[in-house]
Amino acid sequence: MKSLAELEAIRKATLSRINVRTEEKGETTRVVIGMATCGIAAGARPVMLAFMDEIQKRQLAHVTVSQTGCVGMCRLEPMVDVIVPGQEKITYVHVKPDMVPRIVAEHIVNGRPVQEYTIGAAENA
Amino acid sequence: MKEIALHLLDIVQNSVKAGASHVDIGFALASDGLLTMTVRDDGCGMSPEFVERVRSPFVTTRTTRKVGLGIPLLMQNAMQSGGRVDIDSQVGVGTTITAVFDTRSIDCLPLGDLASTMATIVMGSPDKPEFSLHCESEAGASDFSTEQIRPALDGVSLAEPAVVQWIQESLQEEIEPILGGIMS
Repeated sequence: MKSLAELEAIRKATLSRINVRTEEKGETTRVVIGMATCGIAAGARPVMLAFMDEIQKRQLAHVTVSQTGCVGMCRLEPMVDVIVPGQEKITYVHVKPDMVPRIVAEHIVNGRPVQEYTIGAAENA
Repeated sequence: MKEIALHLLDIVQNSVKAGASHVDIGFALASDGLLTMTVRDDGCGMSPEFVERVRSPFVTTRTTRKVGLGIPLLMQNAMQSGGRVDIDSQVGVGTTITAVFDTRSIDCLPLGDLASTMATIVMGSPDKPEFSLHCESEAGASDFSTEQIRPALDGVSLAEPAVVQWIQESLQEEIEPILGGIMS
């Protein structure tokens, strides 16, 4: 086990970020990843960790990542919903870890959804 | 599924949905190559009739559709290696699932990235239940639990990216010397 002292340092660093988040209440962007049997089998676990990694790297205080079940479109998994407050929900399909930095940079940080990865693009192809 | 660790990620959701407050996960690799994975929870449990039926892909508690593949897929992969899956459950007490894999079999899945699975599990349910992981082999043993790290975090969520990363990295270090031989 790595030392609990490290956790203590993480706690302190995180608390300052949480304060930022509370001040910006209502402005939280949500990332929701399908994590049922179908999502897991299609590769949702590395996608999930890629989001955590990217958010951590960029120190994004206003983004939360959560998991959901199967929404019935198993053939499109791994699926990721990105919900930016005040904007329409965007659903990304067949998400792979190497797509995550672009989704974070272009959509979450700069507010421009990556159209080519969306469910609309996949269904019309 | 391509890894035993992915099956774990999948079936632990059952324990979470069963309202468990403790989920104890164990991996024991014996000298003869048999790997025993156990998931013990203190959730709502299942009636004997439901336990009989739960091995069928056409049984689920979900209301959106009529198939549930978590346990059937786990059984398929355990049995394919020459192992088995036991389900022991009691209403109001909890459920224990034991899956045995014969890691000497060419048809046995690799254990896979157990540290990433644990990090993902904790991230998905950061408040409740408490999770523990026990790993053992001839090379040694290690224990991890969310109860053990929660005091050090003092209110900071286990779902914080930095915490999830810490869990993943520290488990990776812990598990490698014990179960490294069957990870890939």
